Amino acid sequence: MKNRGTGIAIGHYPTGQNGGGDPSQAMVKIQPDGSAVLTVGSCDLGQGCKTILAQMAAEVLGMEYEQVKVINHSVDNTPMSSGSYASRVTYVDGKATVEAAENAREILFQVAGEILEASPSDLIIENGKVFVKGDRKRFKTISKIVEVATYEKHKQVVGLGHFMKDFSKPDPETGECDPFCTLSWGVSFAEVEVDTDTGEVEVLRFVSYYDAGKAINPMLVEGQIQGGSVMGLGAALMEDLHPYYPNIEHQPDNLSDYSIPTTMDIPDFEALIYECPSTEGPYGAKGIGELSANYPSPAIINAIHDAIGVWLTELPASPEKVLRALESQ
Amino acid sequence: MHLLKLTVNGQNYEITVQLKTTLLEVLRDKLQITSPKAGCNQGDCGTCSVLVDSILVKSCLTNSLSVQGKKIITVEGLAKPGEVHPLQQAFHENYGAQCGFCTPGMILAAKALLDKNPNPTREDVKVGLSGNLCRCTGYTKIIDSVIAASEKMVTVTD
Amino acid sequence: MTLKVVGQNVLRYDGLAHVTGETHFADDVIIPGTLTVKVLRSPVSKGKIMNLDIRAAMSVPGVASVITADDVPCNGYGHIPDQPVLVEEMVRYKGEPIVAVAAVDEDTAIEALEKIQLGIEEEEPVFDHIQAMMPDAPKVRPEGNIHMFGKYPFRQVKFGDIDAGFREADVIIENTYRHPSLEHAQLEPMVSQAVPEAGGKLTVYTVSQAPHFHLEELYGILKVKKNNVSGKHWITEKGSRTGQGLEFGDINFIGGTVGGGFGGKNDMHADHITALLALKSGQPCKWRWTREEDLLYSTYRGCWYITIKDGVKKDGRIVARKIKTIRESGAYASSNPHVVEHNIFNSTGPYFIPNVHSRGYCVYTNKPPASSMRGFGLTPSTFATEVQANKIASELSMDPWEFRFKNVYRNGDLTSTGSKLDSVALIEMMQTLAEKTGVTLPDRLKQMSSAKRGGNSI
Repeated sequence: MKNRGTGIAIGHYPTGQNGGGDPSQAMVKIQPDGSAVLTVGSCDLGQGCKTILAQMAAEVLGMEYEQVKVINHSVDNTPMSSGSYASRVTYVDGKATVEAAENAREILFQVAGEILEASPSDLIIENGKVFVKGDRKRFKTISKIVEVATYEKHKQVVGLGHFMKDFSKPDPETGECDPFCTLSWGVSFAEVEVDTDTGEVEVLRFVSYYDAGKAINPMLVEGQIQGGSVMGLGAALMEDLHPYYPNIEHQPDNLSDYSIPTTMDIPDFEALIYECPSTEGPYGAKGIGELSANYPSPAIINAIHDAIGVWLTELPASPEKVLRALESQ
Repeated sequence: MHLLKLTVNGQNYEITVQLKTTLLEVLRDKLQITSPKAGCNQGDCGTCSVLVDSILVKSCLTNSLSVQGKKIITVEGLAKPGEVHPLQQAFHENYGAQCGFCTPGMILAAKALLDKNPNPTREDVKVGLSGNLCRCTGYTKIIDSVIAASEKMVTVTD
Repeated sequence: MTLKVVGQNVLRYDGLAHVTGETHFADDVIIPGTLTVKVLRSPVSKGKIMNLDIRAAMSVPGVASVITADDVPCNGYGHIPDQPVLVEEMVRYKGEPIVAVAAVDEDTAIEALEKIQLGIEEEEPVFDHIQAMMPDAPKVRPEGNIHMFGKYPFRQVKFGDIDAGFREADVIIENTYRHPSLEHAQLEPMVSQAVPEAGGKLTVYTVSQAPHFHLEELYGILKVKKNNVSGKHWITEKGSRTGQGLEFGDINFIGGTVGGGFGGKNDMHADHITALLALKSGQPCKWRWTREEDLLYSTYRGCWYITIKDGVKKDGRIVARKIKTIRESGAYASSNPHVVEHNIFNSTGPYFIPNVHSRGYCVYTNKPPASSMRGFGLTPSTFATEVQANKIASELSMDPWEFRFKNVYRNGDLTSTGSKLDSVALIEMMQTLAEKTGVTLPDRLKQMSSAKRGGNSI
């Protein structure tokens, strides 16, 4: 018999290293042609940090996205980053990048102010030019300002940025501490069909609705949600590194025995983005990378209960576990 | 040592290989064509996928001498020099790549699929790519990319 | 101010390179004359090395270098740092590296490994982390199997008055959940290539997710720093040999483009061994893990047991929560203590619970070190708290949506670690999710918001 059921799961995810103390730094250099180079120490694991950090720098500098080149490949030449983990890069590297770009922009404004005989605070930057507010005719191109800075004013147009949430030591008795930058939120809905003869669970529909604070690049956020959801689906239904726990014999040693989801395993997915801006994050952004992997398991387990009335308290919901649970009902 | 003649991305090569040398080893180590990846070397992940006379194979399981005289295409040679193949463009425009490690193999699997079935449904795409693993994207945007490419390619040939 | 670039779907910075095959990952950097590295791993899960003879391996033609623990200047790394690069004496997990070989090709390296004489006196291992907590369990480490968080063998959170909370409760609901071990299964396996360059420089091509952090770690391994070894008596310090005169800036990591990580590449897996072999042999050395090695011996999400005891009012409010969570760490600490803290600090789930007492244990077993994986400590706690939420609702014959609306965080709420929350949106998100999925919520739930508790609470 095939029974259908639905389930939900909700939750929160902290942005940044647990307990803080994880710095990221950035450097923005304005080039002679008016473009920019952003140097950061974090890695692109596929999440797209080069893309979104370039977007943030371009926003501050009034440039096109394509005008910001990103360097992150060599530790020798990049400022400190504690790394690409803990859903931290959008927020922490983002803040460092915005600060670095603002500092570079400040130098442009100082030099442009001298050329245009205006106060730096009266200047705005747009489309590769620095304008005097309210007077579209008084402007200098960024490349001209860099030229003047370099050859007349003896100035380097480089901005540095740094962000770190201070380390918060937990109280050993109460655990009191301030362990995160901000929290993102997630809610998920799963619809499953359980075959009570074979124990197989098929996920028919999965809706993920996650809070990115501000989606710097919505398609990349969607990619994180979809990818995380499928990883969570694998954890819910098929993955177990030690299937004969605690025995380590017969541990899977290839990707056929350790099955991760393939194209054939994925249901109808809906990835939705919510934007509840963080107070301190760059443009309100929050971390999104890890959040998305957490809800499929409980949502699916709750849907299985709705379908066949049994609770599974151990993952994954393999056919064997489902059948055993039905038997002991 | 054995003489192996093959064509890769339109270029002819004559090299010597051992009896046990795989096609993946030939491509990566001897010819320095690095888009086919050694993701598992066990035939499970598909990151080493290439086209041999237009047929999709896992190069890590393919003995190099079995492709004697054949034409190999990797993702570097999918488009004419200086151009981007519609499938590559579609993967780019639809965010079908995240970390990029599975992408070359995935695109070639898609090419093999579209060669046989230029108008696939989403289900057809799932079946066609089922031998290629991706741990980043959750596949949705990969399937989007293949569908988008198929629509464009059909329009072009029409 | 209107945003022009932020919020736009610009195409991936590296997208075209990915689709054309131009992107170079660590394994795609081909340097002529590079030696192939292979490692002899322990065939047993626990034991004492009684004899180790590498002479025959060194004399295999084509072998450039063979290293053992004796060649590692500071043989301890990791967060604590407690993990040897190569085993000194005690083997703590099956697959632990003992000897590393660099040779002209893979066949030669494997032949050399086969010629190594290794005698291990096997000892009884412990694999189950619950069993490992028992007083008479075999010891994984001399100081005991339970990780010490300062003076306590656990990290704890105490919030409110847990006893008063349970007294106030109408129903007590207690369940234990198990989250199994999981592998990242990122498609790019561990690989490292270390290249000695002019002027004493060492360049390492890495798959690291955290190269700046790993640079400090590698520097600590290559050059003895007294303060880098936190008094663990089973890590020996030797005079700096391999890395003599090495300064921080003499090492460079090249990477930044990683073929999937998911937390699996927060720990150094290969860079230390290629670096040591490159320094010793003076030649580029590359170590590419097989998929088998990656699945069997790389870091993974350790197994968890989570017991939640909730005191609940008949109206659905959770008034007390006691949690005991036990995490398998494998043989070394790695990031596992942090994973446990992350779990414990967030163990209420997304719910405001006025009285909380949670304890998290990190337990060593004779398995490869577990470590970070996407979701860190919250993946298992989300599984446990969210299934628990439905169980409570079921016990109270309450709708699981309504149960969540009643308990979720609102703006101004305190977490159990004392952080005051802002930018909370769960109620609004649940309202939209219900709409999207065709669930009809009663009006009283539709009218709620994440605004501070008070007026609109039910």
